[in-house]
Amino acid sequence: MLSIKNLHARVEDKDILRGINLEVRAGEVHAIMGPNGSGKSTLSAVIAGKEDYEVTDGAIYLEGEDIGELAPEERAHKGVFLSFQYPVEIPGVSVTNFMKTAINESRKATGREEMPANEMLKLIREKSELLEIDRKFLSRSLNEGFSGGEKKRNEIFQMAMLEPKLAILDETDSGLDIDALRIVANGVNKLRSEDNAVIVITHYQRLLDYIVPDFVHVLYNGKIVKSGGKELAYELEEKGYDWIKAEN
Amino acid sequence: MSKYTEEELKIQLETKEYEYGFYTDIESETFPIGLSEDVVRALSLKKGEPEWMTQWRLEAYRAWVEMTEPDWANVHYEKPDFQAISYYSAPKAVDPSKTLDDVDPELLAMYKKLGISIDEQKMMNNVAMDIVVDSVSVATTFKKTLAEKGIIFCPISEAIIEHPELVQKYLGSVVPQKDNYYAALNSAVFSDGSFCYIPKGVRCPMELSTYFRINQAGTGQFERTLVIADAGSYVSYLEGCTAPSRDENQLHAAVVELIAMDDAEIKYSTVQNWYPGNKEGRGGVYNFVTKRGICEKNAKISWTQVETGSAVTWKYPSCILKGDNSVGEFYSIAVTNNYQQADTGTKMIHLGKNTKSTIISKGISAGKSQNSYRGLVQIGARADNARNFSQCDSLLMGNNCGAHTFPYIESKNTSAKIEHEATTSKIGEDQVFYCNQRGIPTEKAIALIVNGFSKDVLNKLPMEFAVEAQKLLEISLEGSVG
Repeated sequence: MLSIKNLHARVEDKDILRGINLEVRAGEVHAIMGPNGSGKSTLSAVIAGKEDYEVTDGAIYLEGEDIGELAPEERAHKGVFLSFQYPVEIPGVSVTNFMKTAINESRKATGREEMPANEMLKLIREKSELLEIDRKFLSRSLNEGFSGGEKKRNEIFQMAMLEPKLAILDETDSGLDIDALRIVANGVNKLRSEDNAVIVITHYQRLLDYIVPDFVHVLYNGKIVKSGGKELAYELEEKGYDWIKAEN
Repeated sequence: MSKYTEEELKIQLETKEYEYGFYTDIESETFPIGLSEDVVRALSLKKGEPEWMTQWRLEAYRAWVEMTEPDWANVHYEKPDFQAISYYSAPKAVDPSKTLDDVDPELLAMYKKLGISIDEQKMMNNVAMDIVVDSVSVATTFKKTLAEKGIIFCPISEAIIEHPELVQKYLGSVVPQKDNYYAALNSAVFSDGSFCYIPKGVRCPMELSTYFRINQAGTGQFERTLVIADAGSYVSYLEGCTAPSRDENQLHAAVVELIAMDDAEIKYSTVQNWYPGNKEGRGGVYNFVTKRGICEKNAKISWTQVETGSAVTWKYPSCILKGDNSVGEFYSIAVTNNYQQADTGTKMIHLGKNTKSTIISKGISAGKSQNSYRGLVQIGARADNARNFSQCDSLLMGNNCGAHTFPYIESKNTSAKIEHEATTSKIGEDQVFYCNQRGIPTEKAIALIVNGFSKDVLNKLPMEFAVEAQKLLEISLEGSVG
């Protein structure tokens, strides 16, 4: 699904990613953990194509295709989805209108007709029921005045609507209480399938109790310094990151 | 790789050329340039006006000569030379007795380019069109249907002759001849415009619509509009404009007067898209407009405007809330790009008891443009329990444009309740990236964000106009992404 080879990236003159290698196959869930400033959010932004970051070396392949030169929207059309740590507000644009635009732009880009209104309504109904989202919520302005939990649920709702091949969840657990965390995690679990893959970026182990990863990677100083199964997350929880820092 | 940065956004915004910049060659009968009492007399004679009208114009002219051009607005431009303007021009091909089929085919082709198909409008939109091209009305439709209800909707030149009692009584009753410099000029030389009268208790069954257009080189256009809604009546009036591309500045000084009698309601909507000048700030229309309405008891006037055109705009559609319980509303979207300058807003004059006014103003600035909101909320001593709510939001694109807010509040009554909210925001890279990540290209993302920002006002427009206005916002702000 996703193959990252020797990825180096910098912002302004600061090297942040210093040689990332990562293989994610369809059906897998990978967790990327690491202390603050290790490059976790940079990695997700670089995969999504944010232009503030300059890729200085290495390559990113999605289903065998090098996507390194594609614009963010083109990557989205190919099935890359990023759940933002801080979703932005767009006043006056309802969640429904935003999703309608996103879906139809993706369809247009891939040479398909716009989704008929009744089909769109059906999809919205289906996905909002799946994620237990009140339909009233969908007519509100995108993220405006949303609580932390509502914002993250909205991200997962968008993921459900867009049905990406690769979903990257950037610190989806930050700012959530335990109930909101459970709802969001349940949503992600319902969307998992043999055809898609999920990368969970998190600082803490607690999200991984709900979204159980197949692999855990530890990012430190722009490199993956340790990889293992889900038990690695518990080890980190117990020992903290100082242990990693000391070894590197 | 079409990545987005603020710099690129700015470039995109600056590369959009005016879409309606073409010029139609119609043989015109034009007065020699210059303004004097003789020109005013000749103009009045040409239009076959009665003596009282000629005198009214002359009074205005004499007042205008004594006045000086105002310079308090937050705009900078080269003052027009009023002696270098021709005050009358009429497309020659027009004969009012003919049907549309007989109209100059070039003129019809021009409407087509503008997307104004009269027949289509007639059939599909249920809109009666009174089209003003260069001062003289060339086509009036739907007159019969309206006449059955006793509604008068005709060129004001016709109303002066056919309905002198109404025109004489109300012309200048809301905007007096000497009101301001441009209103005085308009009163002296107004060429044509629309007149509308809705009888007592009648609800006008269709949206009344006028399209204005400036076409002759160097010809100023001075429209005069008078809308009278008699007691308990209702009318919705639409006004939309585009103009061809010109190098020299063109002056437009219109006056619109609305009279809403007891329990009447007037909804007046404008989409203004005159030539804004090129991206170096050359050319473009000077739009100096006086629009004002008066509300009697329980009456209501709503102004809704979408202003995207003109090089310089100076415009304050206002309401005099004279009658008790009367309501005034002002909803505005003003877009400026490149070197455009807009100084626009409203005046809400509360005189009656329990009067209410609402102001929602959305300013969008891009390029090197300057966009100002200027508003006055005045509560008179007798206006017990007057209420006003004002909201002024500004959206900035790039780092070279400006947004300014000048709210004036004068209250002489302690029971008044006045609220003012203002925000300024910028289209952020983060917003655009968020949209991009969901598969929405930058150009579409900007349109989405701008439409969201303007939604409160777009919602106030009649349906068919709202779609047009939304398109206009996109045209005004988007560049073709390279």
